[in-house]
Amino acid sequence: MTSTTRTKLEVRQLDAWFGTTQALHDIGLAIPERAATAIIGPSGCGKSTLIRCLNRMHEIVPGARVSGQVLLDGEDIYRPGVDPVQVRARVGMVFQRPNPFPTMSIYDNAAAGLLLSGGRRSRADLDAAVEHSLRQAALWDEVEDSLDASGVSISGGQQQRLCIARALAVEPEVILMDEPCSALDPIATTKIEALIHELKAQYTIVIVTHSMQQAARVSDYTVFMYLGKLIEFGSTERLFTTPQKKETEDYITGRFG
Amino acid sequence: MRATRRRIVDRVARALTLACTAAVLAPLVLIIGYLLAKGVTSINLDFFTQLPKPVGESGGGMANAIVGTLVLIGLACALGLPIGFGTGVFLAEYAHSRLVPTIRFCADVLNGVPSIVIGIYAYTLIVLPTKSFSAYAGGFALAVIMLPIVARTTEEMLRLVPANLREASLALGVPAWRTTMRVIIRTARGGIITGCMLAIARVAGETAPLLFTAFGNQFWHHGLGGPISSLPVQIYTYAISPFDDWHRQAWAGALVLLTLISATSLSVRLLTRGRFRTVR
Repeated sequence: MTSTTRTKLEVRQLDAWFGTTQALHDIGLAIPERAATAIIGPSGCGKSTLIRCLNRMHEIVPGARVSGQVLLDGEDIYRPGVDPVQVRARVGMVFQRPNPFPTMSIYDNAAAGLLLSGGRRSRADLDAAVEHSLRQAALWDEVEDSLDASGVSISGGQQQRLCIARALAVEPEVILMDEPCSALDPIATTKIEALIHELKAQYTIVIVTHSMQQAARVSDYTVFMYLGKLIEFGSTERLFTTPQKKETEDYITGRFG
Repeated sequence: MRATRRRIVDRVARALTLACTAAVLAPLVLIIGYLLAKGVTSINLDFFTQLPKPVGESGGGMANAIVGTLVLIGLACALGLPIGFGTGVFLAEYAHSRLVPTIRFCADVLNGVPSIVIGIYAYTLIVLPTKSFSAYAGGFALAVIMLPIVARTTEEMLRLVPANLREASLALGVPAWRTTMRVIIRTARGGIITGCMLAIARVAGETAPLLFTAFGNQFWHHGLGGPISSLPVQIYTYAISPFDDWHRQAWAGALVLLTLISATSLSVRLLTRGRFRTVR
């Protein structure tokens, strides 16, 4: 499997800072297309910072900087002249806490990327896009009859799937998930994990998670990070059964973290 | 034993806070009650349709002052709301700009400037060069009073919008300016409108800055370049006069002014109450 998959995102010599604090040190990584890659590591190890560098969300924090390259289909998204707005349309993101827009209905939330980024679309196109993305996010059956209700009137797990639908509706190629289940109960978590299994047939998925069990359940590849450095990267099965670095072994056997 | 003590403390705290609330609400109830008692007898159709009658003649109304107040508030809003709103958006959305602390400080100082001083400013800037009291000068003075209130409440309301909504929008590939317009401002809309209503209510009752800008007028105004009557100034003039008939009219005027302000703010809230929207 490893040898035949194509690389979707390639990270080269990536450093990231918050002001004068360096959060990432010389990260190099090749993320395979149409597979789920998990990033694990203890709190503060730079997992979230790394994932936010992959769609240029890191730089919106005041004082935050990046150096190095992130190649999306071979093109550096940090090359001068690249519009971060275009990058984010191709590399979508789901956040830790469900964050549907409270001023919008479920329908409008699902269509938000299309409605907000301008350009006129016909009602029929919008309806189709909303239904398609809600079905992809396994939410359609639950909200079909209440599309006009507020986006925050549904449960937390449903809100998170609405956020996934919202990200899918703009037809991205990559979906970044920053601890998408950490605010959800086990049942909602199971639903999101099942969803990740479905989605990775079509999309490249990168998921940050606190839970090693979750990484083992959903991902094909796993990245282990510690103190802002990439310690080990490999197929999930290999990394969890025969870790090659001592830090990795210590972490997955529960000796720290 | 402990539980009893806790219950007593709770009762006392509750009684104290309730008493404070009553103390805050009492003046409002008293003012409205007193205005109703004193003013309602002088209110009739003539009050809304007639010009003031000369001293000694009974009857007449404040039609010109009611219209004048609406005109002045309209002028003040046309100038003060967009500029104040724009300033507030700048303060909140470009928070890392070095200008922001200075602008915020200036807005707070301006907010503390006595309204009579702002009247003198408008007088010097508009009345002296044009050699005429005018609705423009009055509206300008009121707009200057509105500016810092609108700017600061807009800023505060925008800051209350959770950062994760901005991130959600940006991560969808929505440009920053559209995110500000359609997510951040939309989410803060209710609070911003309340701030604008407070600013309008505040200036609607201002008398001092109008005394030597809009001046006052016993007749209908002729265009916006000349003196114009307003309810607060008319109330002031009538209240300090020695005539009983005018005193009654002043009470009625005050009641109308209060009703006007409450009605505006109530209707704006009702009209903009929608909590969320849908394109369907």
